[in-house]
Amino acid sequence: METDTVTQAADSKPEKYADDIYEEAANWHVNTGDEKIHAKRVTGRWRRLKWITEAVWLIFFIGPYLRWNGRQAVLFDIPNRQFHIFDITVLPQDVWMLALVLLFFAMLLAAVTSIAGRVYCGFFCFQTAWTDLFTWLEEKIEGPPAKRRKLEEGPWTGEKIRKLGLKWFIWLLISILTGISFVAWFTDAYQLWHDLFTGQASGVAYFVIGLFTVGTLTLAGKLREQACFWLCPYARIQGVMYDKETILPTYDFNRGEPRGRLKKGKVPEGQGDCIDCKQCVAVCPTGIDIRMGQQEGCITCALCIDACDAVMEKIGKPKGLIRYASLDEMEGKHQLPLHRRPRPLIYLAILILSVAGIIYGLTHLGTIELKVLHDRAPLFVQLSDGSVQNKYRIKILNKTDQDFHVKLTAEGIPGLELKGADKPLLARKGNDTSYTVYIKVPGEAIKSERTPIIFKAKGIENPEQEAVYESMFFGPK
Amino acid sequence: MSEKNNPHGQTTGHVWDETLAELTNPPPKWWMLGLHASWILVLLYGIYYPMWPLLDGYTKGIAGWTSIGEYKKDLKEVEEIRAPYEAKIKSMSAADILKDDQLKEYVSRSAKVLFGDNCAACHGSGGQGTTVDDPAQSGYPSLVDDDWLYGGTIDDIMTSITKGRKGMMPKMGGMQLTQEEIDSLAKSIYEGKVTENPLYMAKACVGCHGPDGKGIKEMGSANLTDKIWRFRAKDQLASIKYTIAHGVNDPTDPKTRKAEMPAWKDRLGEDQIKKLAVYVHQLGGGQ
Repeated sequence: METDTVTQAADSKPEKYADDIYEEAANWHVNTGDEKIHAKRVTGRWRRLKWITEAVWLIFFIGPYLRWNGRQAVLFDIPNRQFHIFDITVLPQDVWMLALVLLFFAMLLAAVTSIAGRVYCGFFCFQTAWTDLFTWLEEKIEGPPAKRRKLEEGPWTGEKIRKLGLKWFIWLLISILTGISFVAWFTDAYQLWHDLFTGQASGVAYFVIGLFTVGTLTLAGKLREQACFWLCPYARIQGVMYDKETILPTYDFNRGEPRGRLKKGKVPEGQGDCIDCKQCVAVCPTGIDIRMGQQEGCITCALCIDACDAVMEKIGKPKGLIRYASLDEMEGKHQLPLHRRPRPLIYLAILILSVAGIIYGLTHLGTIELKVLHDRAPLFVQLSDGSVQNKYRIKILNKTDQDFHVKLTAEGIPGLELKGADKPLLARKGNDTSYTVYIKVPGEAIKSERTPIIFKAKGIENPEQEAVYESMFFGPK
Repeated sequence: MSEKNNPHGQTTGHVWDETLAELTNPPPKWWMLGLHASWILVLLYGIYYPMWPLLDGYTKGIAGWTSIGEYKKDLKEVEEIRAPYEAKIKSMSAADILKDDQLKEYVSRSAKVLFGDNCAACHGSGGQGTTVDDPAQSGYPSLVDDDWLYGGTIDDIMTSITKGRKGMMPKMGGMQLTQEEIDSLAKSIYEGKVTENPLYMAKACVGCHGPDGKGIKEMGSANLTDKIWRFRAKDQLASIKYTIAHGVNDPTDPKTRKAEMPAWKDRLGEDQIKKLAVYVHQLGGGQ
């Protein structure tokens, strides 16, 4: 479509084409942070939605204090290599599920992006949420954007020091709290506060809190939209995640152009609905002009929609000059329904598969694992009565938080005798317990150099706990 | 070039090719900060840690850090983990250690090093002993089977390690037995039916090996009826014949077999011997 226009233009009017591209480039502005973005705050339904979605991060702050059965509900206990999520305890052996969780979220991101753009960026991303909170505080302390710019350019008066000092102090508190909240997911939250105030927390804890404090201050206080522009990889790959059916905050150029100012409170004849009030630019937290179309700086936070709708209402025009719309819609094409778009369908299939894998994993965690290592040097021992003995190291992994006992049995050769496992074997909670056992087989029962042997461990307190391991029995040639 | 890239408009004054000049723009501030931070860090490092060589040594640094100190600290951590086990081992007899599952497992893991250092040279890394090619060679006994010359209980093993063992079998070749008699005895021993051979009683083998041919623990005489051989060789029959002809540790025969387990009480501590006894017992043949 675009290529066609270009070719036509180039064929018919090369000069016009050249003028066009020069004009396009003339307004090209790359935001490298020379100019600080002071976005105007708006009200409206997207703004309200944004507060609600950003509130998801309250879980980050509150989560660690939830208790479940006498311990922290969610605890990623790295020193003890256990992840507790409510009733579920995941040991490193089951961390393969983490890969599926990551796959799930990667695909969810791709699917949502394909359907409705960078919903994550605009409504959920920590960078967006913290920046939003920081700028909200900035406005409360320093006033609206115009005042802030003035204060910024002005001399260092007592008032400026007081306002900036207060702002940075509150930011610092939030940043420290962010760091502490992060650390609290990895260690007991209440104990952490206690240790922090008594100076007994671990060096790693202090270091991580420091890192997060500096990081939060830098990212949300200083860098802001620059992080989205130049640090975040997601913005860079949005081009391959969008297609023409993706709905995004879009400026309806068919309706808006040619833009122009109001004359005597009215839109002049022949002019589009856009009155060039630049409110959409003023409210944009990344400082872009949505009227230039889809671009990497747009985090699809939809605040420009709120701003434009408010203006349209005031000048008596229909809302939705800027609205969630796809490129197809803008070009007057029929929007394909979701179930006929291959991309969302493929993403959905992968999503379902990964969720199925996680559910399978969580329901089949089991509470016991058995490993049997055959001892070498020597592979087998000839005993005085003509029988042959093999030695095995048994490892019983108890994934529960209770000690239990198991009965170990072995089968595979008629007449075999399992030595060293006559009494119940104790499996220590959350741990590997190892034992040495021997299998003795009458010489005449050995038919080949290697015979498979099945070891079975069965819980004594709970017979449903069962683990099986296949090993080998070695004999003479 | 835009104004922004040369805010001062200063050049070094050198002009090449009439138009090329070198700007004197200062490096970016963040870059200079990095540069200064780097050398300050080097200085602080040199003050905190040992760093500079001197004629008679090196600067020690105020932290008092040394690599050997760090090593010792790590070692201490390991020893602290082992301490409760080691304390228990000290206060318990080898037989009691065997009854404690956890301690038994600890010993079978940790005494592997001890076994490797002191025992494996003769008995093999897994205690499997040797099978010799030349029947005249004696080799070393296996510790993994259930046939023991001096008994396989934990106390017997303790005694064997502590005091050592040296058995004796007089040479039977020459004066006592003819070559045919040796061949005949060797064949019945090989088949495990030595007690059925009249020579066994007639030639006084029974005196040491017992009426049932199973050996006598107190003397360390071998069980001649089973499939386990102290002097294990590729050609087992030839090995048996050699043992009968030349005896074991017989001072009158220069070709006699030499088989001696040294005493370890002077080389190893009691706890170490205890651990080794448990380890050997757990190799598979302990009784």
